[in-house]
Amino acid sequence: MPETLFDKIWRSHLVARRGDGRDLIYIDRHVLHDLHAPHALAQLDAKQRPVRRPDLTFATQDHTIASKPGRDDTTNPEGAPFLRATRAGSARHGIRLFDLGDPEQGISHVVAPELGMVLPGATHAVPDSHACTVGGLGVLAFGCGASELEHVLATQVLALRRPRRMRVRADGRLGTQVTAKDLALRIIAEIGVAGGRGHSIEYAGTATRGLDVEGRLTLCNLTIEMGARSGFVAPDDTTFQWLAGRPFAPQGAAWDRALAHWGTLVSDEDATFEREFAIDCDALEPQITWGTDPSQAVGVSARVPQAASDGMRRALDYMGLRGGEPLEGLPVGRVFIGSCTNARLPDLEAAAAVVRGRKIPPNVTALVVPGSTSVKRAAEARGLDEVFRSAGFLWGESGCSMCAGGNGDRGLPQERCVSTTNRNFENRQGTAVRTHLASPATAAAAAIAGRIVDVRKLLAGVA
Amino acid sequence: MTPFTTLTGAAAPLLAHVPAKWTPVRRQEHAPSLEDDINTDQIAPQQMDRRLDPDYRAMLFRRQRQDADFVLNRPQFQDAAILVAGRNFGCGSARETAVWALMAWGIRCVVARGFADIFRENCLQNGVLPLELDGAGADAFAARVVAADGAAPFTVDLPAQTIGGPGGPDVNFDIAPADRLRLLEGLDDIGLTLKHADDIAAWERRTATEQPWLQSARDRR
Repeated sequence: MPETLFDKIWRSHLVARRGDGRDLIYIDRHVLHDLHAPHALAQLDAKQRPVRRPDLTFATQDHTIASKPGRDDTTNPEGAPFLRATRAGSARHGIRLFDLGDPEQGISHVVAPELGMVLPGATHAVPDSHACTVGGLGVLAFGCGASELEHVLATQVLALRRPRRMRVRADGRLGTQVTAKDLALRIIAEIGVAGGRGHSIEYAGTATRGLDVEGRLTLCNLTIEMGARSGFVAPDDTTFQWLAGRPFAPQGAAWDRALAHWGTLVSDEDATFEREFAIDCDALEPQITWGTDPSQAVGVSARVPQAASDGMRRALDYMGLRGGEPLEGLPVGRVFIGSCTNARLPDLEAAAAVVRGRKIPPNVTALVVPGSTSVKRAAEARGLDEVFRSAGFLWGESGCSMCAGGNGDRGLPQERCVSTTNRNFENRQGTAVRTHLASPATAAAAAIAGRIVDVRKLLAGVA
Repeated sequence: MTPFTTLTGAAAPLLAHVPAKWTPVRRQEHAPSLEDDINTDQIAPQQMDRRLDPDYRAMLFRRQRQDADFVLNRPQFQDAAILVAGRNFGCGSARETAVWALMAWGIRCVVARGFADIFRENCLQNGVLPLELDGAGADAFAARVVAADGAAPFTVDLPAQTIGGPGGPDVNFDIAPADRLRLLEGLDDIGLTLKHADDIAAWERRTATEQPWLQSARDRR
């Protein structure tokens, strides 16, 4: 019987069907973080249950850690108890922690792929909804809550209801300055924030295939914003070349053996999906959100839509916008380039290419926070930090930073912020902050222009 | 986990907030207009109280509660047991604090036209019933909840799979048999899984041979 890639990974990880009908799915790699590890580890200790496989479990400090250069535990005072509890809990259970000061500390969804911890056809869990990011390597990942986290720690499996299968085909070619982020925002706008609920999404099509691994990670990262817990791209030569030689990836004969298996990780030609969605990328332009959920996105040259419901009206009200006004030209007070969505090296390179030789206006605050300390080091080796600093950007230490403001990095009330993150919810980046989601290039262009602008026009000197 | 059999208490409707100064844009698709796409940042704005052991009752809808008219500020909903919302409740972050905040208020059942996947699971993990109603039945039920306005209680009967109260007959709802059983028995999820410890060990042994790279996560430098 023909199988989708999802079916193959699910079948090969099915440990047993539990008495209540749920499938026990083995979790190959598990990464904790400072926001949720303390509670789950405390629960485990209270019940005197050991961590079943500390050797397959990792932890990182990302959510509450300060981004300020020279940071320590107390730079963000609210974060200190989380960082310390994560450190103590990881030590107690023998879990490798990427701690503050570790040369490979960073956002879990950036660290796990770049170190080769997650591998094609593997399963992955993180107590964070953006666990789906690593689907970019052909990994089946599950974001989970603190109780499910505790469950994985104790058993190394998740007890799941089998999701339905959905395929999103992105065909055609992405134009200049049109990125995986723009594609993802367009898909969310088309299918809605609940469009993928109950499904596991496989991204396919020529435009998807044409993305580099970092682009695929960005695309898969935004799967949860479509309501689906998992999304992935079938691995191919691009994936394998990217993974080869990464520290935790198999090597030598073990690599060859793994590679032979990974070559089978595709959906069979006649396999069926419960749901299909197709999008053509030829005419796609850079996208930007105007509202307060990620589906409220339009091309940057478009006008703010007229309110067609009370919900839209409330979004416009919060965002300080009138239906029908152009997005281009809206003054911007803050720009954030970072997060598990868009803070890998090619993201920073794309932003730096826009920024190079230019300066931001004095009334704009712009912050770049690399997704990991490894990304930061690589960017500095290429002189990107200097490009950003000399343009007037702040250059931070790695972590989630302003994505959810959990580390104290927040905007000001009513401030308009162009952000490379994943959620434009009310108050997410600080009380009353007006978030516009966009790609790194579009965010960088907004910082330089001091207003929302089409990056292609800025670079052509016509904006 | 506390078993869930029946639950009786006030049902609080999360009505879409429309300031009085607004003229209606258009008639809503369903009436009354319940708030859709409530995300976990709204349910539990942890940014406002980031501690390892915060006051979860104070955290629940803390930003909306700054508005004196918000439903949970009204006296009849101080002990609400049921929350009634629109589509896609609990979207956004995986933070289980959203469920803990509801529980701290005493809410053990959320009625909605749909739930975000991770939030639904977090509810089940904590003995909170995510009760999905859709279509015309949901409209009629929401209207009854709004009309009751907390003056008379509603009752959820999980064994019978009904929810009832003033203004009409009991309404049937669907729930996956596994989820129903888990709530009814208050089953320890980890305990259930550990009955399969031998299966887990067997899977690990088999995989160590067939796909050894999965069973080893070493730094090879």
